[in-house]
Amino acid sequence: MSKPSRWVCALMLLLSMPVVWADDAPASAASTAAAPAATEAPAAAAAAPAGPTEPVLVGADKISAGDTAWMLTSTALVLMMTIPGLALFYAGMVRKKNILATLMQSFACTCIVTILWWVIGYSWAFTPGNGFIGGSTRWLMNGMAFVHGDTENKLTVSHLALTIPETVYAMFQMTFAIITPALITGAFAERMKFSALLIFMSVWSLVVYAPIAHMVWEPTGWLNLKGVLDYAGGTVVHINAGIAALASCLVIGKRTGYGKEAMPPHNLSLTFIGASLLWVGWFGFNAGSAVAADGRAGMAMLATQMATAAAALGWMFAEWISKGKPSVLGIASGAVAGLVAITPASGFVGPTAAVIIGLVAGVICYVAATSLKHALGYDDSLDAFGVHGIGGIVGALLTGVFASKEISGSEGSVVTQLWGVGTTVVYGFILSYVILLVIDKTIGLRVSEEREREGLDISLHGESLE
Amino acid sequence: MKLITAIIKPFKLDDVRKAISDVGVQGVTVTEVRGFGRQRGHTEIYRGAEYMVEFIPKTKIEVAVIDALVDPVIDAIAKSAQTGKVGDGKIFVSDLAHVVRIRTGERDEGAI
Repeated sequence: MSKPSRWVCALMLLLSMPVVWADDAPASAASTAAAPAATEAPAAAAAAPAGPTEPVLVGADKISAGDTAWMLTSTALVLMMTIPGLALFYAGMVRKKNILATLMQSFACTCIVTILWWVIGYSWAFTPGNGFIGGSTRWLMNGMAFVHGDTENKLTVSHLALTIPETVYAMFQMTFAIITPALITGAFAERMKFSALLIFMSVWSLVVYAPIAHMVWEPTGWLNLKGVLDYAGGTVVHINAGIAALASCLVIGKRTGYGKEAMPPHNLSLTFIGASLLWVGWFGFNAGSAVAADGRAGMAMLATQMATAAAALGWMFAEWISKGKPSVLGIASGAVAGLVAITPASGFVGPTAAVIIGLVAGVICYVAATSLKHALGYDDSLDAFGVHGIGGIVGALLTGVFASKEISGSEGSVVTQLWGVGTTVVYGFILSYVILLVIDKTIGLRVSEEREREGLDISLHGESLE
Repeated sequence: MKLITAIIKPFKLDDVRKAISDVGVQGVTVTEVRGFGRQRGHTEIYRGAEYMVEFIPKTKIEVAVIDALVDPVIDAIAKSAQTGKVGDGKIFVSDLAHVVRIRTGERDEGAI
């Protein structure tokens, strides 16, 4: 067998793995799923005594207008985080010749993950299956319904969100699935082939994101059963994207001229606008993760604001003290680090704990992005690992420290949180590394040096900014 | 006839324009330029990565003048562009062989 075709076979094998797991699943999962679901959330049990363990058809009178209104809003806010928020945040930090290519990466990611979420992503993540991956019952969103009736309308709801239509829940979760691979693009900015990027995102979204989301959030997921707390995706989104980012910059290598030529950000005002849009959009991300317009959503929103401000100040003062000037890029990066760190904790902690989490994350991420990166020598171009990976880990562990039973009904444990962090780091790193390596050995990850020097805008997209 | 070329701090442009108008200059060409002199560059820091910016932005003005105006214009520029700090710029004076006003075809002093 020739070398390239061997790699293609390996890729296909990899892609088929989750299907195999999914097919094995139902028998063992069905028996284990019922027990935890019954004891899990008292609130959910009260709302629906039967405690459905899979998406069910209900009458329209079971839907809460308030919850649905907030979740429609949150969904739009989270989509805004990726386009244009993250796209601008990253685009401002690259050199002028790569701005359009960087914007393009987030936009294309939005489109491609949307389609994949419809094909199978949603089903693998949020329907019951085994401990690692969900089933395939919602393939092509099959069975997700709204039925107009003569006397009463009927619609499906997810077992994870009983008061809003399943369509809204699937859309809300889709926006999370979109932003996660888009975050990784910060690691390999300014040098990745667009074709390789599309393949990487597609495969990663299905074999890394969907299983991790399932393990952590779906009631049959093993990390969920273990009691790992992740309110809005600190583990599923940020550690997951961060560790994939680290794998990316190790496999793809440094930018041509890194360390020898100056690569200053071209337009930090774009970065500033992007960071601000991320901050506002994050209220949908965190307060939306209550999946309800209720008191816990309010507490999550408050915690988000406090942690973000504290982290922005933490980064700013750390930089001011050690480098002599408080920079715009610094305060904006600190805000994002705070948003990342409070993501798993929001909904479990109060405002005081949020301030502490933010401050710690701001300072630690500052060190990670400025010193750790240079000490270890990898080129994580826009600090996707330094901010999302490190910030996510800090947030996940501190959630274990500060989780308040009064707010959430759950006890936190650092040891339990470590299971979530460890699983995601190991699974995410290995899978990401292998996917990238396979792409590199087949079609190649990087553009040629000549194209890289010319800039990706012209060489990949035939356009340029003047 | 002389061509007076001055490199000045960008924020001094309005002051210089007013000063040379006052001594009778009718036209000037302005260009945004970069360069270094004794001021050297400055350091920029982005997430811990330090970049030496060696060429800093300046404004170049070019004025063509008749001989009688050379000294008044030089004085006007030197006075209006001065802050007393390093980086105020320089004035270069060179001979000007010919001048043509394109609209009318006038030449030399009549064209200035």
